[in-house]
Amino acid sequence: MNRETGLSSLLPGETGLVQGLWANGPMRRRLQDVGLIPGTRVECVGRSPLGDPRAYLIRGTVIALRDRDAQSVRIRPEPAAAEGGLWTEGRP
Amino acid sequence: MKGRAGVPERRVIALAGNPNVGKSTVFNALTGLRQHTGNWPGKTVTNATSVCRMDSEEYLLADLPGCYSLLAHSAEEEAARDFICFAHAAATVIVCDATCLERNLILALQVLEITPRAVLCVNLLDEARRKGIRVDLEELELLLGIPVVGAQARSGRGIRELLRAAGNVCREEIALEEDRPPVRYEPEVEAAVARLLPAARRLAQGAVPPRWLALRLLCPEDAALERTLQEKTGAAPRADPEVREILDGLPEGLRGEAAEDKIVASTVEQAQRIAQAAVRCGENGYSPRDRRLDRLFTGKRTGLPIMLLMLLGIFWLTIAGSNVPSQWLSAGLFALGSWLRGVLEAWNAPSWVAGLLIDGMYKTLAWVVSVMLPPMAIFFPLFTLLEDLGYLPRAAFNLDRCFQKCGACGKQALTTAMGFGCNAVGITGCRIIDSPRERLIALLTNNFVPCNGRLPMLVSLIAMFLTGTVGGPVRSVLSAALLLSVILLGLGSTFLCARVLSATVLQGTASSFTLELPPYRRPQVGKVIVRSVLDRTLFVLGRAAAVAAPAGLIIWVLANVRAGGSSLLALCCGALDAFARVFGMDGVILLAFILGWPANEIVIPILVMAYTAQGSLVSMTDLTALHALLTQNGWTGVTALCTLLFALMHWPCSTATWTLYKETKSLKWTLAGMALPTACGLLACLTVATVGRLLGV
Repeated sequence: MNRETGLSSLLPGETGLVQGLWANGPMRRRLQDVGLIPGTRVECVGRSPLGDPRAYLIRGTVIALRDRDAQSVRIRPEPAAAEGGLWTEGRP
Repeated sequence: MKGRAGVPERRVIALAGNPNVGKSTVFNALTGLRQHTGNWPGKTVTNATSVCRMDSEEYLLADLPGCYSLLAHSAEEEAARDFICFAHAAATVIVCDATCLERNLILALQVLEITPRAVLCVNLLDEARRKGIRVDLEELELLLGIPVVGAQARSGRGIRELLRAAGNVCREEIALEEDRPPVRYEPEVEAAVARLLPAARRLAQGAVPPRWLALRLLCPEDAALERTLQEKTGAAPRADPEVREILDGLPEGLRGEAAEDKIVASTVEQAQRIAQAAVRCGENGYSPRDRRLDRLFTGKRTGLPIMLLMLLGIFWLTIAGSNVPSQWLSAGLFALGSWLRGVLEAWNAPSWVAGLLIDGMYKTLAWVVSVMLPPMAIFFPLFTLLEDLGYLPRAAFNLDRCFQKCGACGKQALTTAMGFGCNAVGITGCRIIDSPRERLIALLTNNFVPCNGRLPMLVSLIAMFLTGTVGGPVRSVLSAALLLSVILLGLGSTFLCARVLSATVLQGTASSFTLELPPYRRPQVGKVIVRSVLDRTLFVLGRAAAVAAPAGLIIWVLANVRAGGSSLLALCCGALDAFARVFGMDGVILLAFILGWPANEIVIPILVMAYTAQGSLVSMTDLTALHALLTQNGWTGVTALCTLLFALMHWPCSTATWTLYKETKSLKWTLAGMALPTACGLLACLTVATVGRLLGV
C-alpha cells in the first residue's frame, strides 16, 4: 500500500483515493461540498501555467484548488494501472 | 408545511441549483426575461425575481444564488438556505446539470430534507446526449419521490413542462413524510436524530421540519442559522435544556464536526447511489475535448500567451472595426446637428438657445454616441462570447498565483474581467468573494481596469499621439498592442495595490477557495450578439447619454457665462492649472476629469469644449482635427501620456462610487476606493512628467 500524502502532491495524470481531511472549519465543509469524502477517487488533471493552483477531477467536475488547500486532503496515491475503475475518464 | 394559511395570491416558485448548471438560463426561459447570465460560480449574487405566466395563472419566480450545499458558509449559500427554509415557497425547482448529475443531487437531497414541494429539472440534456450520457428520468422520479422534468433551457425545450409540473406542486397538498427521508444516515446518527426529534418537534413550531432541525443540532453550531431560528420560533434551539442534555450525552463521534462528516458522507453516497441507478454513463463531465482545450488554454507554455493574444485580438477587432462606423455616425449626427440649428434659426430662436441646445447638449451627446457605440457594439459581443465559451474561469485559473502572491482571492480575476464592461458591475460582482478582507481588496482595486466608458478615450489618445506616424494596417495592430500594454499596466497596478493593501491596512493570508472549471460550451453566437447589444451596449450607452446631455448643457453654460472678462470655465481651469502642470497635464484636462465624474465618456467632449473658446465642438471623430486642436493648446506626447495614465487611474465614476458605497456600507472605504487609484495615477503622471522635463521633451 502507498503512503498517505496530501492531494497537492499529485502530478497531472496521477490519481489518488481520498482518505480524509486535515482541514477544519469552513474549508473542511467547502472540500466536502465538492465531494471530497473518504473513498472518492481524484485525478489531478492540470496545473496552472504558474504552477499553482492545480485542477482536479472530482466526481465528474473539474475543480481548481490552491496547493495550500489541497495539502489538507489526505489521499493514498493509486498506481497508474488502477485507472478506469469507478470513473471512465475517456483519457486519450 | 401543509395547508398554510394566507397563501399569497401570486405563488412563489424558488429556483435552486449548483453554479454553472444553467439555472439563470432556465430562469430566463421561464420568465422571458433577458437577465444576463454568466458562466462562473456566483453569477446570481442577489435573488432576482420575476413574474411568469402559465395557464392564466401567475407565479413569482425567485432565482436563488447558485450553491453547492445548504450547509451555509458563504453569503450566497446562506441566502439560498434561508429562502428555502423560511420563505415557504409554494414550490422549489432544483436545476441540475445532466452531465454531472451525481454532484448536483447532493444539493437536491439537502433541499428535499427541508421541503418536499420540489421539482427536479434535469437541464442540459442535449449536451449530455452528445457525451453519451443517458438519464433515466422516470427512475429518478421514483428514487427521489418528486416530479422530474428534462429540459434544454437554451433552446426552450421542456420549459413549459417544467412550469406545469411546478404549478401542480404549488396546488397540491404535499406533506413531508418523516418515515421516508431523502437520506438515511448511519444507524448511530439515526438513533441520535430519533432522540432529538421530540425536542426538535417542539422547538421547530412548524417553521422548519423537525428532522432537519435535529440534524442541524448534531452539526457544529451555525450562528446565523441559530439567530434566524430564534427570530422565527422565539427560542434558540441550542439553548433548550432538553436539547443540551441530549447533545451532552452523545459520544464525541456523534457531535459537531464528526457528526457533520458522517451526514455529508451519507448524503454524498446517497447521491452516488441514485446517480448510478438513473444515469447510463458514456463519459463523465470532463470530455477528451475539454481535456484538450484545457491543455491548450491552461498549458504551461500556451496558457498565458493565448490569453494575451486573445485580449490583443479583441482589442484589435474593436479598434479596427469601429473606425469607419464611428466616422459615419459622427458625420451623420453632425449633419443632423447643423440641420437642427437651421430649424432653430428659422424659428428666430435667440442664439444662446441654439448654443445651449445644439453646441452644449446635442454635440456632447453626438460625441458620446459616435465614439462609444461602435467599439461597444464590437467589444461586448466578443467578450460575451468568451464568457459563454467558459473561458473566464480558465483565465482566473491561469492568473490565480499572482492574486495569491498578493494575498487576494483568485476569483478576483473574474470581477476584474467584469470591470472591463463596467466597473460598477465588477464591484457588485465582488460578492462572489467570501473573505471580507479579500473582497475589500477586490472592491478597492476594481477601478484599475478601464471600463468601456474609458476604453474609447484611451484608444483615441493612443491613435492621436502614440501611433500617429505609422500608416496602414500596422497602425491598428500597434494601437491594439499599446492598448494591451495600458491594460496590463492597470492589471499590474491592481496586483501592486493588492499586495500593499494586504501588507498594511488589510493584513492577512490568502483564504482558501474552490474554483470550478465548468465544461466548455459552444457559444450561441446569435443570442450572444442580440443579448450583448440589447442588454449591455444599449444599457451602458443609454446611461452615458443620460449623463452626457445635462453635462453638456452645464459645461456650455460654464464656458459661456462670463465673470470679469473670462468664462467660468476658464477661471476654473486657471485655478487648477498650476497643480495639474506638475503632473504633466493642464487645468483644462484636470477639470475635464472632475466634470466627467458622472461618466468618463464625456471627458474628451469637455476638453474640446473648453479649448474651443466659444464652447462649440469641432468635427469630432476626425482625429486629425482633434489632434490639431490639442497641439494648438500646448499638448505634447508627454501631455497625452499623462492624460492616458490618469484616464486609466483616477477616481471611479459616480455610478461606480455609489456602488462602492452600497457594497462597503462605509464612507471610509468608499473614499479609500477613490483615493487609491487617484494616488496611483498622480504618481504615474508625476514620474512621466518629471522624466519628460529632464529629457527636455
